[in-house]
Amino acid sequence: MAIEIVQPSVELSKIALSETHGEDSPYFAGWKAYDENPYHELHNPSGVIQMGLAENQVSFDLLEEYLESNLESSNWGQKVSGFRENALFQDYHGLVSFRKAMASFMEEVRGGKAKFNPERIVLTAGATAANELLTFILANPGDALLVPTPYYPGFDRDLRWRTGVQIVPIHCESSNNFQITPEALEAAYDHARSMNIKVKGVLITNPSNPLGATIQRKVLEEILDFVTRKNIHLVSDEIYSGSAFYADEFVSIAEVLESRNYKDSERCHIVYSLSKDLGLPGFRVGTVYSYNDQVVTTARRMSSFTLISSQTQFLLASMLSDKEFTRKYIKINRERLKKRYEMIINGLKKAGIECLKGNAGLFCWMNLSPYLEEPTIESELAIWKTIMHEVRLNISPGSSCHCSEPGWFRVCFANMSEETLEVALSRIHEFITTRKQ
Amino acid sequence: MAFFFQLVSLSSTSPSIYIPFKYTNIITHSSFPPTQTSSSSFNLFQPSLNLFIKFQNLQEIMLSAKVTCNSHGQDSSYFLGWEEYEKNPYDEVKNPDGIIQMGLAENQLSFDLLESWLESNPQPAAFKKHNDQSIFKELALFQDYHGLPAFKNALVKFMSEIRGNTVSFDPNNLVLTAGATSANETLMFCLADPGDAFLIPTPYYPGFDRDLKWRTGAEIVPIHCSSLNGFRITKSALEEAYKQAEKQNLKVKGVLVTNPSNPLGTSLSLHELDLLVNFITSKNIHLISDEIYSGTVFSSPSFISIMEVLKTRNLMNTEIAKRVHIVYSLSKDLGLPGFRIGAIYSNDELVVSAATKMSSFGLISSQTQYLLSEILSDKKFTQTYLSENRRRLKERHDMLVKGLQKSGGIRCLESNAGLFCWVDMRHLLSSKTFEGEMELWKKIVYEVGLNISPGSSCHCSEPGWFRVCFANMAEETLVLAMQRVTSFVDSMVVKKNNQSRHQQLLLNNRNSRRTKSLPKWVFELSFNQREVAADER
Repeated sequence: MAIEIVQPSVELSKIALSETHGEDSPYFAGWKAYDENPYHELHNPSGVIQMGLAENQVSFDLLEEYLESNLESSNWGQKVSGFRENALFQDYHGLVSFRKAMASFMEEVRGGKAKFNPERIVLTAGATAANELLTFILANPGDALLVPTPYYPGFDRDLRWRTGVQIVPIHCESSNNFQITPEALEAAYDHARSMNIKVKGVLITNPSNPLGATIQRKVLEEILDFVTRKNIHLVSDEIYSGSAFYADEFVSIAEVLESRNYKDSERCHIVYSLSKDLGLPGFRVGTVYSYNDQVVTTARRMSSFTLISSQTQFLLASMLSDKEFTRKYIKINRERLKKRYEMIINGLKKAGIECLKGNAGLFCWMNLSPYLEEPTIESELAIWKTIMHEVRLNISPGSSCHCSEPGWFRVCFANMSEETLEVALSRIHEFITTRKQ
Repeated sequence: MAFFFQLVSLSSTSPSIYIPFKYTNIITHSSFPPTQTSSSSFNLFQPSLNLFIKFQNLQEIMLSAKVTCNSHGQDSSYFLGWEEYEKNPYDEVKNPDGIIQMGLAENQLSFDLLESWLESNPQPAAFKKHNDQSIFKELALFQDYHGLPAFKNALVKFMSEIRGNTVSFDPNNLVLTAGATSANETLMFCLADPGDAFLIPTPYYPGFDRDLKWRTGAEIVPIHCSSLNGFRITKSALEEAYKQAEKQNLKVKGVLVTNPSNPLGTSLSLHELDLLVNFITSKNIHLISDEIYSGTVFSSPSFISIMEVLKTRNLMNTEIAKRVHIVYSLSKDLGLPGFRIGAIYSNDELVVSAATKMSSFGLISSQTQYLLSEILSDKKFTQTYLSENRRRLKERHDMLVKGLQKSGGIRCLESNAGLFCWVDMRHLLSSKTFEGEMELWKKIVYEVGLNISPGSSCHCSEPGWFRVCFANMAEETLVLAMQRVTSFVDSMVVKKNNQSRHQQLLLNNRNSRRTKSLPKWVFELSFNQREVAADER
């Protein structure tokens, strides 16, 4: 037997080699199918329609209109020193005018029902970075965050990959519209403890992705009581706060804290971003808002790894502090999203498909469980593949969102034109009709 | 995971000390001789007893160890000098006696070139294409972590141009990150597990302590370089560092060099580059070459990139080439630190793949990618910019070197790149210790009114060296800085004379018949005496 001389190759880190980036999940596989055969009204009318991308494309005209009439925000106000000052600005406190603008905008989104102190705003390159950064700060490797299911598939990477932190699901069920209950919270906590895992906090998304629904005030109070009892943190990702169709139906954790006179607020942290409400995911604008001084200080230092381009901060500073513009934008954006939502819900209803009653977000939570061969994930993935290849729609299967019940799908409606949405609905209608026969 | 185990054992064996967070800064301000080993995760100025801050109050909610450790390095003198400057910043009109910032490695010399380009090309900044069509929506939605193709193509060509087109780069091997800060950290996450070590030649950029160690849990082991040979990397220094790491039970994953060097301002010689390639080959480890200052090489010898060496030695398609990674950024060459434009270049597709996914945590704004893709695609502009920028940097460099020489016979390490000089002030130390260096530094900040960076904050093994920046201020300000140095050195000579005269009087009293006061020039000579630095160029 020959002796093998093994040439040791330098391994990359465990993190680099792990699969925790999650990119092999079906959530991303659907994107590939779309990339290979994308729908185009004229050039490829039989292509795959992208309904798996939670983008907000309904209000760009408002943004473009603003920029056209406010050119100084793009060209540094034509001041000689404007460009160089901006180009040199790398202070991790962020552009003061921009921080103030963000605080002001966050207040506008909440209809003035909560106040935000610009000093507590830490800027990051997107909510992706904000969530990872908070996780680094709140938890040590091996610790866990409790996250209600179903949740945004990206969390598996954002919260766990480089941080070494675990996610323990808080199971939510369709029987009560997937609302978070105190029993589910306790169960998740106990489950973590039984595995000897230290729980460091709860992370909720409000309004929820993928449910497309706001969390009720009563539930927020219960969650806050829970984290206080357990002496752990609460992260509220409010990235879809401006996408609630009715302003008064969204309650921010900030409002609940305010009503409690900020008692126990140092355990609360809010994540926000302009990627959904303003439809600017490419500009990488995210923020961590914390009621905990130490977290703010540390987050600020950590943000060095993920600063927002000062060019972008400058561009958005004037736009977001223009209250006349933001009020108009927020109102019109809500109306347009609501219209889209109603369009898709009615269209699906006509095809005999029910959705969870939603009131926010860029997607609806569709129930195809009646159409599954068996109430299993395998059946869900089977119907998902059929929808992808035969109906040619890319939608997100509930299993990729860790939903405990098979058959649910997230369907986006704001990342395409109305005409395209009509095409998609007619395809679904046809599919269901054929299947019934 | 060594770092975390250490913390756990501390908490169980030593008494938990509750220290309100607001006081931790005071603890770290205490002047303390910096330790030579950089293997501890704590910065130089923290007392060697690692104070473990534990919140015992039930109301306090525990935060992660990353919050309470000091690997963010924020309390080192490097940053304290900035604080002093912030309190009393020089302004030609409003505060002419304020502190002049010479600790900030910014390039402010060539903005006019960019400004005139922007004036002649207003469309990209206004989200317009050349045909005036709006590209706003496209950009606003573009968040693909593979990066804007037009930008990556332009960036690799620019990188090639800087290297005199001796090497070419494949845009598919380039990963975009929000600044070199992000690039370096991301590479660490890809190449090192917590507790693994990277060897870094001293003196090095203070920010590395945070960038490479804080969240990654990696360790830095210094490769000690000495003034005796101009701080060049030697084979024995490399071997010694590797041995040190082994002694501390640290697995060495690679070497990280900055080329051209910060804070030395010198580009690595061919000999050093060959040494590095040989070393990583024999130890089977990685090499990261942070070439953030590659566009600032203003005089000979010309810049030799590590890629060029691999090419020359026919190693391009080998395993070794896969372990060489370059970091780049536009913060120094183009003077755009605010725009957060960094990149990782690697020949290893696994590294490219992992780093690309990780870049999600620090993508470059698409608005900025587009603007820069237009600027860098303008070949006429980039050629003019690179040569003019170099010329201006050389001019400033020469000004500083000559100025320091004239002011008080202060010498700088001979350098050909960067935005700073590595200044030898050993002769001005009251004692040849790091305490002496701190004393001198405080004098320079508070009495002379210059914020410069002490060598100890760069982990230099010899006290008395300082990094002094020259490209972040107006010419008049640099002139003023030199004047202040002159006054300072003169006063130090007077002080020394007075001191010596005083000592002499004492001696006279003891030996009145034999001694006479020595003339002033004797003290000037001994004061200005230099050790002859053996230059290995």
